[in-house]
Amino acid sequence: MKLWKSWVIATKDFSIFRKKKSVIYSVVLLPLLFSIGLPLTIGVSGSASGTIPSSVLPPILNAFLFFFVILAASITTVIASYSLIGEKVQKSIEPLLATPTTDGEILLGKCFASFLPSIVAIYIGFIIFMVLIDKITYNSLGYFFFPNWDMAVMMFVVTPLACLLSVELGVILSARVNDVRTAQQLGQLIIIPFFGIYILSEIGYIALHVNNLLIISAILLTVDLILFYISTLTFNREEILTNWQ
Amino acid sequence: MIDAVNLTRKFGDVKAVDNVTFHVEKGEIFGFLGPNGAGKTTTVRMLSCLISKTSGEAHIADYDVSKDKDSLKIRKIIGLVPDNVGLYGELSAYKNLDFYGKLYECSKSQRKENIERLLGMLGIWDKRDVLVGTFSKGMKQKIAIARALIHDPEILFLDEPTVNLDPESSKIVRDFILELKKEKKTIFLNTHNLDEAQRICDKIGILNTKLKVIGTPKELEESLWGKKTVIQLEQVTDSILTALGSLINRRIVREENRIIIDVVNPEIENPEIVNAIVGAGGHVQYVTELSPTLEDAYLKFVGKS
Repeated sequence: MKLWKSWVIATKDFSIFRKKKSVIYSVVLLPLLFSIGLPLTIGVSGSASGTIPSSVLPPILNAFLFFFVILAASITTVIASYSLIGEKVQKSIEPLLATPTTDGEILLGKCFASFLPSIVAIYIGFIIFMVLIDKITYNSLGYFFFPNWDMAVMMFVVTPLACLLSVELGVILSARVNDVRTAQQLGQLIIIPFFGIYILSEIGYIALHVNNLLIISAILLTVDLILFYISTLTFNREEILTNWQ
Repeated sequence: MIDAVNLTRKFGDVKAVDNVTFHVEKGEIFGFLGPNGAGKTTTVRMLSCLISKTSGEAHIADYDVSKDKDSLKIRKIIGLVPDNVGLYGELSAYKNLDFYGKLYECSKSQRKENIERLLGMLGIWDKRDVLVGTFSKGMKQKIAIARALIHDPEILFLDEPTVNLDPESSKIVRDFILELKKEKKTIFLNTHNLDEAQRICDKIGILNTKLKVIGTPKELEESLWGKKTVIQLEQVTDSILTALGSLINRRIVREENRIIIDVVNPEIENPEIVNAIVGAGGHVQYVTELSPTLEDAYLKFVGKS
């Protein structure tokens, strides 16, 4: 496998994304909105009630941090739809497959193209969020809440796995869907289980600490592997040219 | 250069291409004629290693299309212009071609040189930085052809390259194909444009799932009925028909004041025929040759299926 070919495909997609306003809005505005909006919520709540009790803050902050996982899955779906179904809509997949490039190199290029912008945007959002939260909550807590192990697992394990899940779902959806918008709408269903976890954490049913996050990661990894297998079956030239609708 | 022996492709129980056998020489333009759904695109896809064959054999420059290790080598020496141009509308003409040049593993200098040469030949070098999405169909088709040639392939597969183009753009594309022939490129052309096939192809195969016939345009035309002479008379009389009957032992058809006669050697036979008619008191208005066209051949062979 020639990784540089995958990179050529990914950089071509990056050039196309730069021309798509909806992609730019999703990748830039949404993480920015969450990274500033969520700390502001804490700040405003704290000002209104004098101060938020330090015992309440950690689970709230971890739950807020989990928002970025949901966001990562959502943004990746938007980009993966453009990357894969865009080729299908523009009928550019056949000339691409006619080049001396393997199916694996093309698929990896599409994964790079969908995964990298999302993860970079989310990490920037994470950093802004953590800096602002530390600044706002230092007086209440008496220490910097971030970085911590919960955050590290969420940022470096759960989030990439959630992004991968979206990419793989995008590959599978691209075989059956013919327009970007439908793919994005269907792809957004991916956030339901993540949102469920968020709600459960907010109502105190589960705590988003390292152990539970590792269990979530293990489940995600298993689903990722299953979907990876299905997506490689879906993404082969024979299948694409004869069965993709 | 291109060899197919009993090449077959099934989709489920349906045969899209059925036992097709042909050979294309290096530097030849081979035209595949057939109606929609005849299997032309499926054949090109099999030969381009895009889809697998169900049975039979196919080789491109001695590489086997069914072997994985050969398929990448085949894709390096062929260029494909699919029936849908499939360009990236958000990128400029130059960036579209540069992207494919990279995937074909051309060096930076090769890419620059080839893009400049091809866009120059197609008369669109000045549009190199314009987004392809704003181009007309004809311009897009030119870019698609340039894309297929970016790595200077030995073999070019063209799937309906002039479909939906205006006459002027079609002519530019046809002329460009003939230019490529001068460069000794082997060209496999899928078309249902009979005029185009007749003008530019050295050899033509008529396909309708099965390969009905194969030959040069002239051979296909003559395979129908050979040569006929048409004589327009002021009036056809029984004495003229009797005179012609005794002169030659071939099929003579009367159509009002016209007589159509099968001939083998018109240069020798036509003067004898005219003399016989005049001798029988006939008044000849004009004499013409009736030749079958490629369209006649096409309709005959496609209609048989």
